[in-house]
Amino acid sequence: MNLIASLAAGLIFGFGLIISGMVNPAKVQNFLDLFGTWDPSLAFVMGGAIAIGLPGFWLLGKWSKPLFASAFQWPNKTDLDAKLIGGSALFGIGWGLGGFCPGPAVTALTIGSTGVFIFVPAMLIGMWATKLVK
Amino acid sequence: MLIALGIQNTMTTEFTPLLSLAGGLLIGLSALILMAANGRIAGISGIVSRILPPHSDRSGLLQAVVFVAGLLLAAPLYKILTSEAPAQMMTDSTPILIIAGLLVGFGSVIGGGCTSGHGVCGLSRLSQRSIIATCTFMITAFVTVYILRHVLGATS
Repeated sequence: MNLIASLAAGLIFGFGLIISGMVNPAKVQNFLDLFGTWDPSLAFVMGGAIAIGLPGFWLLGKWSKPLFASAFQWPNKTDLDAKLIGGSALFGIGWGLGGFCPGPAVTALTIGSTGVFIFVPAMLIGMWATKLVK
Repeated sequence: MLIALGIQNTMTTEFTPLLSLAGGLLIGLSALILMAANGRIAGISGIVSRILPPHSDRSGLLQAVVFVAGLLLAAPLYKILTSEAPAQMMTDSTPILIIAGLLVGFGSVIGGGCTSGHGVCGLSRLSQRSIIATCTFMITAFVTVYILRHVLGATS
Protein backbone atom coordinates (compact mmCIF):
# COMPACT_ATOMS: atom_id res chain seq x y z
CA MET A 1 0.00 0.00 0.00
CA ASN A 2 2.77 2.45 0.81
CA LEU A 3 4.17 2.02 -2.69
CA ILE A 4 0.80 2.90 -4.22
CA ALA A 5 0.69 5.99 -2.00
CA SER A 6 4.23 6.93 -3.09
CA LEU A 7 3.34 6.52 -6.75
CA ALA A 8 0.16 8.58 -6.37
CA ALA A 9 1.98 11.28 -4.42
CA GLY A 10 4.72 11.47 -7.08
CA LEU A 11 2.21 11.67 -9.91
CA ILE A 12 0.11 14.36 -8.20
CA PHE A 13 3.24 16.31 -7.28
CA GLY A 14 4.49 16.16 -10.87
CA PHE A 15 1.10 17.18 -12.21
CA GLY A 16 1.03 20.12 -9.82
CA LEU A 17 4.46 21.23 -11.02
CA ILE A 18 3.35 21.00 -14.65
CA ILE A 19 0.02 22.85 -14.44
CA SER A 20 1.52 25.52 -12.17
CA GLY A 21 4.14 26.19 -14.86
CA MET A 22 7.05 25.45 -12.52
CA VAL A 23 8.61 22.97 -14.95
CA ASN A 24 9.38 26.02 -17.10
CA PRO A 25 12.70 27.50 -15.89
CA ALA A 26 11.87 30.85 -17.51
CA LYS A 27 8.81 31.17 -15.29
CA VAL A 28 10.85 30.49 -12.17
CA GLN A 29 13.57 32.94 -13.20
CA ASN A 30 10.95 35.55 -14.02
CA PHE A 31 9.61 35.23 -10.48
CA LEU A 32 13.15 35.89 -9.29
CA ASP A 33 13.50 38.90 -11.61
CA LEU A 34 11.71 41.58 -9.61
CA PHE A 35 13.29 44.36 -11.65
CA GLY A 36 12.68 42.83 -15.07
CA THR A 37 10.07 40.56 -16.59
CA TRP A 38 8.52 39.74 -13.22
CA ASP A 39 5.99 36.91 -13.10
CA PRO A 40 4.47 36.45 -9.61
CA SER A 41 3.08 32.96 -10.40
CA LEU A 42 5.56 31.11 -8.14
CA ALA A 43 4.17 32.93 -5.11
CA PHE A 44 0.74 31.51 -5.95
CA VAL A 45 2.20 28.00 -6.18
CA MET A 46 3.79 28.35 -2.75
CA GLY A 47 0.63 29.98 -1.44
CA GLY A 48 -1.56 27.15 -2.71
CA ALA A 49 0.75 24.47 -1.34
CA ILE A 50 1.00 26.12 2.07
CA ALA A 51 -2.74 26.87 2.20
CA ILE A 52 -3.39 23.13 2.18
CA GLY A 53 -0.16 22.11 3.92
CA LEU A 54 -0.52 24.33 6.97
CA PRO A 55 -3.84 22.92 8.24
CA GLY A 56 -3.01 19.47 6.87
CA PHE A 57 0.31 19.05 8.67
CA TRP A 58 -1.25 20.51 11.83
CA LEU A 59 -3.93 17.81 11.72
CA LEU A 60 -1.43 15.05 10.94
CA GLY A 61 0.60 16.17 13.94
CA LYS A 62 -2.24 14.85 16.08
CA TRP A 63 -2.25 11.40 14.49
CA SER A 64 -0.37 8.74 16.41
CA LYS A 65 0.88 6.94 13.31
CA PRO A 66 0.58 7.07 9.52
CA LEU A 67 -1.77 4.76 7.62
CA PHE A 68 0.77 2.41 6.03
CA ALA A 69 3.92 2.77 8.14
CA SER A 70 4.80 2.18 11.77
CA ALA A 71 5.75 5.77 12.64
CA PHE A 72 5.93 9.30 11.30
CA GLN A 73 9.41 10.34 10.26
CA TRP A 74 9.08 13.99 11.22
CA PRO A 75 12.27 15.98 10.68
CA ASN A 76 13.97 16.20 14.06
CA LYS A 77 16.90 18.52 13.44
CA THR A 78 16.65 21.89 15.10
CA ASP A 79 20.15 23.31 14.73
CA LEU A 80 20.46 26.53 12.77
CA ASP A 81 24.02 25.99 11.62
CA ALA A 82 26.42 26.95 8.86
CA LYS A 83 25.50 23.85 6.84
CA LEU A 84 21.84 24.84 6.72
CA ILE A 85 22.56 28.41 5.71
CA GLY A 86 25.58 27.77 3.48
CA GLY A 87 23.95 24.83 1.71
CA SER A 88 20.73 26.76 1.16
CA ALA A 89 22.67 29.79 -0.11
CA LEU A 90 24.48 27.66 -2.72
CA PHE A 91 21.23 25.92 -3.62
CA GLY A 92 19.64 29.33 -4.29
CA ILE A 93 22.50 30.37 -6.58
CA GLY A 94 22.10 27.18 -8.62
CA TRP A 95 18.32 27.59 -8.67
CA GLY A 96 18.62 31.15 -9.93
CA LEU A 97 21.22 30.26 -12.57
CA GLY A 98 19.28 27.40 -14.13
CA GLY A 99 15.70 28.06 -13.07
CA PHE A 100 15.48 24.44 -11.98
CA CYS A 101 15.13 22.88 -8.55
CA PRO A 102 15.06 19.10 -8.05
CA GLY A 103 11.29 18.42 -8.42
CA PRO A 104 10.70 20.27 -11.68
CA ALA A 105 14.02 19.05 -13.11
CA VAL A 106 13.18 15.38 -12.52
CA THR A 107 9.60 15.86 -13.73
CA ALA A 108 10.91 17.60 -16.87
CA LEU A 109 13.03 14.58 -17.87
CA THR A 110 10.01 13.11 -19.64
CA ILE A 111 9.29 16.41 -21.41
CA GLY A 112 12.64 15.94 -23.04
CA SER A 113 14.27 19.37 -23.50
CA THR A 114 18.01 19.03 -24.06
CA GLY A 115 18.99 21.26 -21.12
CA VAL A 116 17.37 18.92 -18.60
CA PHE A 117 19.66 16.10 -19.67
CA ILE A 118 22.62 18.31 -18.77
CA PHE A 119 21.20 19.77 -15.55
CA VAL A 120 19.91 16.54 -13.96
CA PRO A 121 23.13 14.48 -14.30
CA ALA A 122 25.09 17.42 -12.85
CA MET A 123 22.58 17.65 -9.98
CA LEU A 124 22.82 13.89 -9.32
CA ILE A 125 26.63 14.08 -9.29
CA GLY A 126 26.41 16.99 -6.83
CA MET A 127 24.04 15.04 -4.57
CA TRP A 128 25.99 11.80 -4.78
CA ALA A 129 29.37 13.43 -4.12
CA THR A 130 27.95 15.32 -1.14
CA LYS A 131 26.39 12.16 0.23
CA LEU A 132 29.71 10.32 -0.04
CA VAL A 133 31.59 13.07 1.79
CA LYS A 134 28.90 13.32 4.46
CA MET B 1 31.00 37.14 -22.92
CA LEU B 2 27.35 36.33 -22.50
CA ILE B 3 27.02 35.39 -26.12
CA ALA B 4 30.05 33.14 -25.66
CA LEU B 5 28.26 31.47 -22.76
CA GLY B 6 25.27 30.96 -25.03
CA ILE B 7 22.85 33.03 -22.97
CA GLN B 8 20.01 33.96 -25.22
CA ASN B 9 17.54 36.76 -25.28
CA THR B 10 13.98 36.09 -24.24
CA MET B 11 11.71 35.66 -22.18
CA THR B 12 8.54 36.87 -20.66
CA THR B 13 6.08 34.36 -19.28
CA GLU B 14 2.39 34.83 -18.75
CA PHE B 15 1.19 35.39 -15.17
CA THR B 16 -1.03 32.38 -14.38
CA PRO B 17 -2.52 32.94 -10.92
CA LEU B 18 -5.29 30.34 -11.11
CA LEU B 19 -3.31 27.53 -12.71
CA SER B 20 -0.39 28.19 -10.39
CA LEU B 21 -2.65 28.22 -7.35
CA ALA B 22 -4.28 24.97 -8.51
CA GLY B 23 -0.86 23.41 -9.10
CA GLY B 24 0.23 24.57 -5.65
CA LEU B 25 -2.83 22.92 -4.09
CA LEU B 26 -1.94 19.64 -5.82
CA ILE B 27 1.64 19.89 -4.54
CA GLY B 28 0.37 20.48 -0.99
CA LEU B 29 -2.07 17.58 -1.36
CA SER B 30 0.74 15.30 -2.52
CA ALA B 31 2.86 16.26 0.50
CA LEU B 32 -0.05 15.45 2.82
CA ILE B 33 -0.72 12.10 1.13
CA LEU B 34 2.92 11.07 1.55
CA MET B 35 2.95 12.04 5.23
CA ALA B 36 -0.49 10.60 6.04
CA ALA B 37 0.18 7.31 4.24
CA ASN B 38 3.88 6.68 4.70
CA GLY B 39 4.94 9.16 7.37
CA ARG B 40 7.50 10.80 5.10
CA ILE B 41 8.28 14.36 4.06
CA ALA B 42 7.83 15.11 0.35
CA GLY B 43 11.22 16.70 -0.09
CA ILE B 44 12.37 15.97 -3.60
CA SER B 45 16.08 16.49 -2.95
CA GLY B 46 15.85 14.04 -0.05
CA ILE B 47 13.87 11.52 -2.09
CA VAL B 48 16.19 11.71 -5.10
CA SER B 49 19.35 11.55 -3.00
CA ARG B 50 17.96 8.52 -1.14
CA ILE B 51 18.02 6.67 -4.47
CA LEU B 52 21.74 7.37 -4.91
CA PRO B 53 24.24 5.07 -3.20
CA PRO B 54 25.19 4.35 -0.47
CA HIS B 55 21.77 3.05 0.61
CA SER B 56 20.86 2.87 4.26
CA ASP B 57 17.10 2.33 4.29
CA ARG B 58 15.62 -0.41 2.09
CA SER B 59 11.90 0.41 2.30
CA GLY B 60 12.71 4.10 1.96
CA LEU B 61 14.69 3.35 -1.19
CA LEU B 62 11.82 1.49 -2.84
CA GLN B 63 9.31 4.21 -1.92
CA ALA B 64 11.65 6.85 -3.30
CA VAL B 65 12.04 5.00 -6.61
CA VAL B 66 8.27 4.67 -6.97
CA PHE B 67 7.70 8.35 -6.08
CA VAL B 68 10.19 9.40 -8.78
CA ALA B 69 8.42 7.07 -11.22
CA GLY B 70 5.25 9.01 -10.41
CA LEU B 71 6.99 12.30 -11.17
CA LEU B 72 8.25 10.90 -14.47
CA LEU B 73 4.77 9.69 -15.46
CA ALA B 74 3.23 13.14 -14.96
CA ALA B 75 4.40 14.76 -18.21
CA PRO B 76 3.43 11.84 -20.50
CA LEU B 77 0.01 11.71 -18.83
CA TYR B 78 -0.36 15.48 -19.21
CA LYS B 79 0.45 15.15 -22.92
CA ILE B 80 -2.17 12.43 -23.35
CA LEU B 81 -4.84 14.45 -21.53
CA THR B 82 -4.18 17.84 -23.13
CA SER B 83 -2.39 16.76 -26.32
CA GLU B 84 0.25 19.41 -25.74
CA ALA B 85 3.68 19.41 -24.14
CA PRO B 86 4.29 21.66 -21.12
CA ALA B 87 6.01 24.91 -22.14
CA GLN B 88 9.71 25.18 -21.36
CA MET B 89 12.30 27.87 -22.01
CA MET B 90 15.76 27.70 -20.52
CA THR B 91 19.33 28.73 -21.09
CA ASP B 92 21.10 26.72 -23.76
CA SER B 93 24.46 27.28 -22.08
CA THR B 94 25.94 23.91 -21.13
CA PRO B 95 28.42 25.41 -18.59
CA ILE B 96 25.65 27.29 -16.80
CA LEU B 97 23.42 24.21 -16.67
CA ILE B 98 26.28 22.10 -15.29
CA ILE B 99 27.23 24.67 -12.63
CA ALA B 100 23.56 25.17 -11.73
CA GLY B 101 23.01 21.41 -11.43
CA LEU B 102 26.09 20.87 -9.26
CA LEU B 103 25.13 23.76 -6.95
CA VAL B 104 21.52 22.58 -6.63
CA GLY B 105 22.63 19.00 -5.89
CA PHE B 106 25.39 19.96 -3.46
CA GLY B 107 23.47 22.78 -1.77
CA SER B 108 20.24 20.86 -1.23
CA VAL B 109 21.98 17.88 0.39
CA ILE B 110 24.19 20.07 2.63
CA GLY B 111 21.27 22.36 3.49
CA GLY B 112 18.96 19.40 4.11
CA GLY B 113 16.26 20.35 1.65
CA CYS B 114 15.07 22.28 -1.37
CA THR B 115 12.02 24.22 -2.50
CA SER B 116 9.75 21.30 -1.61
CA GLY B 117 11.24 19.97 1.64
CA HIS B 118 12.11 23.33 3.19
CA GLY B 119 9.80 25.51 1.08
CA VAL B 120 6.48 23.66 0.91
CA CYS B 121 6.65 21.13 3.77
CA GLY B 122 8.88 23.08 6.15
CA LEU B 123 7.01 26.37 5.89
CA SER B 124 3.71 24.49 6.29
CA ARG B 125 5.05 22.94 9.49
CA LEU B 126 6.37 26.33 10.63
CA SER B 127 9.84 24.79 11.04
CA GLN B 128 12.35 27.39 12.12
CA ARG B 129 15.14 25.67 10.14
CA SER B 130 13.03 25.65 7.00
CA ILE B 131 11.98 29.29 7.36
CA ILE B 132 15.64 30.28 7.58
CA ALA B 133 16.64 27.96 4.71
CA THR B 134 13.84 29.25 2.47
CA CYS B 135 14.67 32.90 3.16
CA THR B 136 18.35 32.15 2.46
CA PHE B 137 17.86 30.43 -0.88
CA MET B 138 15.24 32.96 -1.98
CA ILE B 139 17.67 35.81 -1.31
CA THR B 140 20.62 34.19 -3.11
CA ALA B 141 18.36 33.22 -6.01
CA PHE B 142 17.01 36.78 -6.34
CA VAL B 143 20.56 38.17 -6.23
CA THR B 144 21.79 35.58 -8.77
CA VAL B 145 19.06 36.42 -11.29
CA TYR B 146 19.61 40.14 -10.67
CA ILE B 147 23.32 39.80 -11.45
CA LEU B 148 22.70 37.48 -14.40
CA ARG B 149 20.13 39.72 -16.05
CA HIS B 150 20.82 43.27 -14.87
CA VAL B 151 24.56 43.32 -14.22
CA LEU B 152 25.78 40.87 -16.85
CA GLY B 153 22.90 41.85 -19.09
CA ALA B 154 21.49 38.46 -19.93
CA THR B 155 17.74 38.20 -20.22
CA SER B 156 17.48 34.46 -19.81
